[in-house]
Amino acid sequence: MELYLKIWRQKNATEKGRFIDYTLQDVSPDSSFLEMLDILNEMLIVKGEEPVVFDHDCREGICGSCGMYINGRPHGPDELISACQLHMRKFSDGETIVIEPWRARAFPVIKDLMVDRTAFDEIIQESGYISVNTGNAPDANAIPVKKESADLSMDAAACIGCGACVAACKNASAMLFVSAKISHLALLPQGKVEAKERANAIVAKMDALGFGNCTNTGACEAECPKGIKLTNISRLNREYYKSILAG
Amino acid sequence: MTTLDSRIPEGSIDKKWSNFKSSQKLVNPANKRKLDIIVVGTGLAGASAAASLAEMGFKVKSFCYQDSPRRAHSIAAQGGINAAKNYPNDGDSIYRLFFDTVKGGDYRSREANVYRLAEVSNNIIDQCVAQGVPFAREYGGTLANRSFGGAQVSRTFYAKGQTGQQLLLGAYQAQSRQIKLGNIEMNSRMEMLNLVIIDGKARGIIARDVITGEIKRYSAHAVVLATGGYGNVFFLSTMAMGANVTAAWQSHKKGAAFGNPCYVQIHPTCIPVHGEFQSKLTLMSESLRNDGRIWVPKEKEDAEKIRKGEITAADLPEEKRDYYLERRYPAFGNLVPRDVASRAAKERCDAGYGVGPTGLAVFLDFEDAINRLGKDAIEAKYGNLFQMYEKIVDDNPYETPMMIYPAIHYAMGGLWVDYELQTTIPGLFAAGEANFSDHGANRLGASALMQGLADGYFVLPYTIQNYLSDEINTPRFSTDTQEFEEAEKETVGKLEKLFNIKGQKSVDTFHKKLGKIMWEYVGMARTKEGLNKAIDLIKEVREDFYKDLRIPGEMNDLNPELQKAVRLADFLELGELMARDALHREESCGGHFREEYQTKEGEALRNDTDFTYVAGWFFKGEDSDPEVVKEPLNFEAIELKQRNYK
Repeated sequence: MELYLKIWRQKNATEKGRFIDYTLQDVSPDSSFLEMLDILNEMLIVKGEEPVVFDHDCREGICGSCGMYINGRPHGPDELISACQLHMRKFSDGETIVIEPWRARAFPVIKDLMVDRTAFDEIIQESGYISVNTGNAPDANAIPVKKESADLSMDAAACIGCGACVAACKNASAMLFVSAKISHLALLPQGKVEAKERANAIVAKMDALGFGNCTNTGACEAECPKGIKLTNISRLNREYYKSILAG
Repeated sequence: MTTLDSRIPEGSIDKKWSNFKSSQKLVNPANKRKLDIIVVGTGLAGASAAASLAEMGFKVKSFCYQDSPRRAHSIAAQGGINAAKNYPNDGDSIYRLFFDTVKGGDYRSREANVYRLAEVSNNIIDQCVAQGVPFAREYGGTLANRSFGGAQVSRTFYAKGQTGQQLLLGAYQAQSRQIKLGNIEMNSRMEMLNLVIIDGKARGIIARDVITGEIKRYSAHAVVLATGGYGNVFFLSTMAMGANVTAAWQSHKKGAAFGNPCYVQIHPTCIPVHGEFQSKLTLMSESLRNDGRIWVPKEKEDAEKIRKGEITAADLPEEKRDYYLERRYPAFGNLVPRDVASRAAKERCDAGYGVGPTGLAVFLDFEDAINRLGKDAIEAKYGNLFQMYEKIVDDNPYETPMMIYPAIHYAMGGLWVDYELQTTIPGLFAAGEANFSDHGANRLGASALMQGLADGYFVLPYTIQNYLSDEINTPRFSTDTQEFEEAEKETVGKLEKLFNIKGQKSVDTFHKKLGKIMWEYVGMARTKEGLNKAIDLIKEVREDFYKDLRIPGEMNDLNPELQKAVRLADFLELGELMARDALHREESCGGHFREEYQTKEGEALRNDTDFTYVAGWFFKGEDSDPEVVKEPLNFEAIELKQRNYK
């Protein structure tokens, strides 16, 4: 395949970035999107230029490192995948591909396609856990959990923290990410003890970090590589109101 | 003469761990606050150790090269975690889990460690459930189990095909809580490049800030390496792209023995290689072997037609298929251990029965399971794996069988540690895949998660106190010492050397060359001749690397190529040590298969008389050969036997 790439190049957080054009030949349709970028980088290195910087690690769609806007969509033109699982067969020969970093106030650009997502870690640090120390646990089967609840909890817990939901949202809201964690924990009996405090603290933190508000457009759900559902946001709202009403 | 003292506690196998705990030295709460511990790596072992140590009251400094501790590669483990709960009432016990793990490791692991692992396995499940890990459940609300290779019981707990992710998030959340409480100082995008030793003890590390390129010093009373395995020495593996051996290797060069470097695991069920620009291999969980049946065509002509695309798997009726694992190993069938399944696939493909365009693939077929259980049941169990396969290969595994081939997956070898997880450098500990300890020459499925969490939650937080209790009078110390100065200088010198080569070729060019040599000669089947050749070839690549490497960009800036070069420099040294270890071990055991040593049926032939030991390698300088020191393995609870899965 022959491809025309328009890639956002930005030296660091303070300097202005711009699109640079590259042409690639002989790309295999069986290559992954990141392997296509590897080919580009190999070409740039041999020419003595700086390669395009992007976050990536597991390359099997689970670590959540990679994330970039590809032709106007987070993780590109396929459903339920992250960029590393996107394959070039989804593009046509001679196509122009526009590649940009996530754009959100809470995720400043570090260089090229790499952004700083520390804000997600700070949200989890605020209260995204069950407060239990090592060694205190009762037998694992002591508390039965309804299969339905466990399954729903698992569906929410599948979030990989890539940031596509924030990038897809016109307000750069983190509601889907936050609601996935709230749901994961609130759906389990172990997580119910601190549910009110958790919801209250996490929403305040999310606002403080500069994420926008939710207007229920559903763009986050549509682009989530793990299929996290909007119903989690409803659950977050319920948990949040419960926490406020309970004072 | 150097020796390796395993420091195994007294008593019968089932009393050793409790004996140790009741007699070990402890650190009181007031003193814990005065002690700093560096934990490098935030996978299952690192995150669980950091969280548990901080909960106890120690001050922890945690490090990872990724942008967030949640991204460590434990997250990619799919299938599950073993424990001896015996919830399914199928006859499991601590002893049986211990026995299966020792046997699965081909009798090359340390009995006392493995027994302890089996003992604490049940606590891990309890702990994870308390943290909110959403394990799969039955309709009655109790936990569900499935079976894995090398076992005849169902002892594997799982969270869909994302067990590693869920366990890691549990540990990450526990760690996050301690970060908030101020007990852990988290240093993300900070890569350890050197170990600092003062008066013979590990006292700190030198790390590079990935974003700014700044070299930084960190001091502590003890250092824990939970830095994972070294599978990326093969270039293509199921490891994350950034996974590397640098922290462990630099510590090795400072005096830590490296245990059994030649023991690497080749996982039988990975998606086959598609071409030259492939960057990594993707695993299809071993859990698939619960329901999938592995086969190749019985006739070579049929295999050839399939390779050419003239016929498909569906065109071959039952009698023309060779379910070779079921044929060779009727008792365990498709659930034989990984080393056995991998070699059997290689044997069929080498003999000309392989499928796929390259002939280096076998079928993993779900037709029978779908007919028996229905498509929905299969989707509920393996949906995300099937989806992953379809995205990568563009083929629907509900309709046509998957094609799979073995790939490098896990390192059983690693830094040598004693029973207390301490390396040969006092104050330097190694946990999880980074150490060599529990899996012998082959790891069973669902045991890596078990070992990582056992080390981090339940072993290291105890054993490290035995060391730290003697450090309570050492005040927090500054990094303005000569030792830190020298270590930093050494690291900067290394970076400058690489950066200033200014040759023509990229890091990956050399890494791919090294990978091919490793796969060809130090991979699934090894010979004396091939290993000697590998040692020579690796030296050639290394020389070329230091002559013709090109790193673009700036040294003191975000520079992924420089990061890769530093890692590859160490892989180029480790690769040679792996070949030496494989050469010296004149037997076949587990993942280490020497063609010269096999039974008439082609099974691995151990030599218990001469090789029942751990090989601990010591670095003796750049221009000298490494020295091997042996830790004899004594089997008291289990009788040494030839493995039999027939």
